[in-house]
Amino acid sequence: MSIAFKPEETFRGDYSYRNSDAAVLRFPFPFPEDRYMYSVNIEPHVRSGPSDVFLRPFDVDEHYIAECRDKAITLERDPGRCQVLPHMMMAQWDTLELLMESLSADYPEQFSLIKEGDDFGSRWTWINRPLGIEQSFIFGNAETLPCEPFEYITRQAQGDFAICDQRDDNLYMDAGMVTSQADWSLEFDVGMSFMEWHGPVPLAHQSGVFERALKYLLMLRLGQPVRRLNWTMSINPRLDTSPESYPEWGPDRASVTPDNAGQKVHLRVELQTLWRLPRSNAILFPIRCYLASLEDLARVPKWGARLHRVLSSLPPQLVEYKGLTRYLPAALEWLAQHDDGRELPVGTEAGITTLSPR
Amino acid sequence: MIGETLRLKVAAACAISPSLRHLRLVAADGGKLPPAAAGAHLQLVLKGATRTHRNAYSLISRPGARDAYEIIVRRVPASRGGSAFIHEQIKVGDVLEAGWPGNLFAPVRTARRHLMIAGGIGITPFLSYLADFAFGGADYALHLCCREDEQHVFDPWLAGKSGVSVHWDTDGRRLDIPALLAAQPVGTHLYVCGPAAMNDEVLELAAAAGWPASHVHCEHFGSALSGGEAFHAFLAKSGVEVSVGEDESLLEAIERIGVKAPCLCRGGACGVCVTPLLEGEAEHRDHYLSAAEREAGRLILPCVSRARSGRLVLDL
Repeated sequence: MSIAFKPEETFRGDYSYRNSDAAVLRFPFPFPEDRYMYSVNIEPHVRSGPSDVFLRPFDVDEHYIAECRDKAITLERDPGRCQVLPHMMMAQWDTLELLMESLSADYPEQFSLIKEGDDFGSRWTWINRPLGIEQSFIFGNAETLPCEPFEYITRQAQGDFAICDQRDDNLYMDAGMVTSQADWSLEFDVGMSFMEWHGPVPLAHQSGVFERALKYLLMLRLGQPVRRLNWTMSINPRLDTSPESYPEWGPDRASVTPDNAGQKVHLRVELQTLWRLPRSNAILFPIRCYLASLEDLARVPKWGARLHRVLSSLPPQLVEYKGLTRYLPAALEWLAQHDDGRELPVGTEAGITTLSPR
Repeated sequence: MIGETLRLKVAAACAISPSLRHLRLVAADGGKLPPAAAGAHLQLVLKGATRTHRNAYSLISRPGARDAYEIIVRRVPASRGGSAFIHEQIKVGDVLEAGWPGNLFAPVRTARRHLMIAGGIGITPFLSYLADFAFGGADYALHLCCREDEQHVFDPWLAGKSGVSVHWDTDGRRLDIPALLAAQPVGTHLYVCGPAAMNDEVLELAAAAGWPASHVHCEHFGSALSGGEAFHAFLAKSGVEVSVGEDESLLEAIERIGVKAPCLCRGGACGVCVTPLLEGEAEHRDHYLSAAEREAGRLILPCVSRARSGRLVLDL
């Protein structure tokens, strides 16, 4: 499968990031109904679903090269975005193996992995054609890579990654590569337990959502990853919306008007997957971020109308928590022109296979 | 690395003592197996003449091995028949169905030192621990308590490993557990795996010596098994009776007879399969229902929960 990469696009400065028609149609739109529902929407991460992004366990799309470059810029400016506690070395190798095996099997044109053996101590050669990398190393020996194995492989993958160590019937966020986060800080959260890092989330604590989710994740099985979609909104197609860089993007929220909301306001959907790692028994938590402007989404008539209705029904605590307060009225005003009030079918599918011209 | 079941071929099977049999299992299709962690177990489907057993055995193969899984099975006279099946029926070349490895007894990675106490065949999870600790350079000690005539049985897996002591029931060879526990540095994690009486004794001694519960870990044989007593359920809307076997869930039984039931996580967390319970008493195993809902007894999650006794009537 060949992918038409767009290596020159940017996620900062002039924000030249754009979605092709195909990228719009495969966007993982998260709202199956007109009203916003809060739930533990966890399901098995199988190779199918309402969007093509679910076809492979680790999705690579047209933004791959540009996104890896943006990640490198963020890390250059703030190396603390990648942190790994010392007891997580086994989990680092688990992550490298899972990503290299999955990417090379699912995208053979782009990635290759040549192994002289499967055990620690074996020589492996990794080829990443889009980024022009060929690296020979000894699996299990971190000295033979340019940096530690978790940083090495997650620099070459879209999205963020956290690794949760499991002990005391709890999960601890003991490693992370976090450069495209929705306003949370790895520097602040690293080492925290499951309840601690979810502390700021409103509404869900009272209904016991996190107790149930934790119990479920503690029993997560090897070979049976699960997924959920999470969402928020961002102004401009910016990956690095971190607390650390807030002065660079926070003020943009004040720039939204009903006229420019279509281009400026982006729906930010996270495909979150959870994987039991084989050697360390830790849980890998990849957070893959997809961005689409309101204009992009409104080209799918069902999505434009549905987004208008869902955003109209958000509880005020969530509007505040997701940081939408300042510009939500402008976004709703822009979206209203795409909602004629007709009945919409349940489900997240686009319902069309081609887009009308822009 | 996604999958649920494996087909394994018996590549080697040999007696290492009169009551212990060692099996080496490879992928039946000649491919690679999923890697597994220290402390992991394998659930084997053992299809006997009269019934099917699903028994879990600790993997003793090195963590991460993809060429073969190895287990050691003790013949238990009073077992439900699984160990007898492995000892009497299984031969080289047989193909068995298994689940992907699971792990309910992983070592704690933040431990400064690992102290392992094994009783007899309870050494099996620790054989994979040793290989893991050798890689990570962790500080550890393993104490094996066994019968005198079995003191050398596990030598092939212990050869070249330091920090291993063997004890048996003779003056001068018994393990002084209180003294051992008292001598450990702060930050040590204790793991015990053996017969129930020995597990209980070690856990009690550790508690008495002031060990925090978070630093004490025990693997009970058989704790990995799911399922339970067989029972019947009547699906009121569909008008059909279904018998739920010992080794299947209520949801699986419902699906087996072709009745559609909504579900999502299949692990008792999401609540999608919650079903009104019209009659009967449920044994709730889910994480979803509140204490009040369980008390009321009018709902059940068929993906994990079963009948406490007799028959259930579901509004399905």
